[in-house]
Amino acid sequence: MTIKQISIFLENRPGHLAETCRTLAEARVNIITLSLADTREFGIVRMIVDDWEKARDVLAAKGRVVNVRDVVAVTVPDRPGGMAEILSALDAAQVNVEYSYAFAFHHGEKAVLVFRFEDNAKALTALSAAGIDVLAFPDIISEAR
Amino acid sequence: MVYPELPHDVNSPTHPVSAMDYMPVGPLRALQLHRLQWTVKYAYDRVPLFRKRCEERGVRPEHIRTLADIKLLPFSKKTDLRDEYPMGLRAAPMDEIVRFHCSSGTTGKPICVPNTINDIAVWQNGAMRCLAMGGVRAGDVLQVSYGYGLFTGGLGLHYGGEGLGCAVLPTSGGNTERQVMLMRDLGVTVIACTPSYFLRIMDEARKQGVDFRRDTKLRHGFFGAEPWTNEMRDTIERETGIVAHDIYGLTEIAGPGVAGDCKYRAGLHIWEDHFYPEIIDPETLEPLPDGEVGELVFTTISRCGTPMIRYRTRDLTRLHTEVCPCGRTMRVMDRISARSDDMLIIHGVNVFPGQIEAGLLRVPEVAPHYQIVLESTDTLDRFEIKVEVTPDAFSDDIRHLEDLRKRVLDAVKSIIGLTPKITLVEPNTLPRSEGKIKRVVDNRKKN
Repeated sequence: MTIKQISIFLENRPGHLAETCRTLAEARVNIITLSLADTREFGIVRMIVDDWEKARDVLAAKGRVVNVRDVVAVTVPDRPGGMAEILSALDAAQVNVEYSYAFAFHHGEKAVLVFRFEDNAKALTALSAAGIDVLAFPDIISEAR
Repeated sequence: MVYPELPHDVNSPTHPVSAMDYMPVGPLRALQLHRLQWTVKYAYDRVPLFRKRCEERGVRPEHIRTLADIKLLPFSKKTDLRDEYPMGLRAAPMDEIVRFHCSSGTTGKPICVPNTINDIAVWQNGAMRCLAMGGVRAGDVLQVSYGYGLFTGGLGLHYGGEGLGCAVLPTSGGNTERQVMLMRDLGVTVIACTPSYFLRIMDEARKQGVDFRRDTKLRHGFFGAEPWTNEMRDTIERETGIVAHDIYGLTEIAGPGVAGDCKYRAGLHIWEDHFYPEIIDPETLEPLPDGEVGELVFTTISRCGTPMIRYRTRDLTRLHTEVCPCGRTMRVMDRISARSDDMLIIHGVNVFPGQIEAGLLRVPEVAPHYQIVLESTDTLDRFEIKVEVTPDAFSDDIRHLEDLRKRVLDAVKSIIGLTPKITLVEPNTLPRSEGKIKRVVDNRKKN
């Protein structure tokens, strides 16, 4: 069970991120969470939005480079050691994590993190074997509200 | 001087207009000498500047007894045309002039070139031979997207196309949206424009969802008027499926149609029955033998309006010694991917924009759009190359993009030996051209 993430290439110049967000705002697309990765020369903003297809289309129409990826929304116990448990389970199954960032909301008692894995299928099997819940897109939309 | 294609000539292996291309070398040299002798006498009698320079050297027309004697004659340069503006180099009487072409150059006064009807016919013949050599025939639909007007590009290819019996679509440059629409709707098979403008047309086609292979009949492109590389040619051919031909010319000598490439693409055949080429050492000005690289010099041996004798083009190339397998006897010069005027001196190293282009386009994820930016700083000049990435190459992974940047840097560095700052930019953000493109932004303070 994966969800769609859009990522957008950012040139390193003032106002570029603001412009991106404004385009989404005008299309009434809600950003549920985002993460910024940057180097000295350029950046990438990764986002989970409530309508990824619309977001992709409006940004592409503005000539922006948009990439769509499958990522996994993993629930993590919000206590010391919670993250370590998840990572151990993944480690045992030899699943590589490329990057991760968090949602602002909680799912019950648990935090929710976005994971990008090298191999989603393998990661999902490992998570399910360890009894760790992953969220589907409708769950995320309802939590975000 | 229009050569008809007779009904039974359709699909013949060579076009009738190409007959001169295969002239045996002996008679060709005799013809060249005859035309050279005529031109020198003609210009000596009618162009005061040429006569004055000959007199300073003690040269008279009758001293030209062999083709090698051309080295006795004085050179001419672009500044002569500028200094003698508007018509100081005109040789034919005004009532024989039928058309002017002008070129702005880069700064200041333009140059002005008056042509007689015969000059236009010779030029048309050159353009026709370039098109025919590339496989264009009567029945082709030729879209001329070079600018029409004082610039020679538009009218040059227009006359060439009409001479061959093509249906010419004179779109000129600009209004790219309509260019793509007409290309598709009228079944255009051949296009002629600057390579940078064709890139702009490719962008527009992509935007309109027009696939060249699926939605158009385009088979050939004739590109010239600005230097471009083999790597750019590969990119254009890969993305559109057309055959990209090189066509060379210059206003001072005629216009596009002075030289072009055949299917062997070893270089460009020069129509030397009209445009006599020499290669000289740009420092010593001594003629160099065929095979050696130097500055290309042309003498117009069929021109009446503005005969140009030993005109220094500032283009660097060499004339091949080997005979082209296509059988044409007209000598071949290397493609001109470097004009000496375009040379940049960066951190004390001589760099041609074409070298940078060749490096960039070796990286498949790089789009053929780039800009070279130079700025003065307190220490070493800042040297930056901005390059667009293709949408497909974009990844959400920083490492992947950093790796791409590194590969671009390595590709450029391996050619020029310098380490520019490489900046990846989004598609469609660098300037596009509708004529000649400006890829170098040199903001360095001049000493």
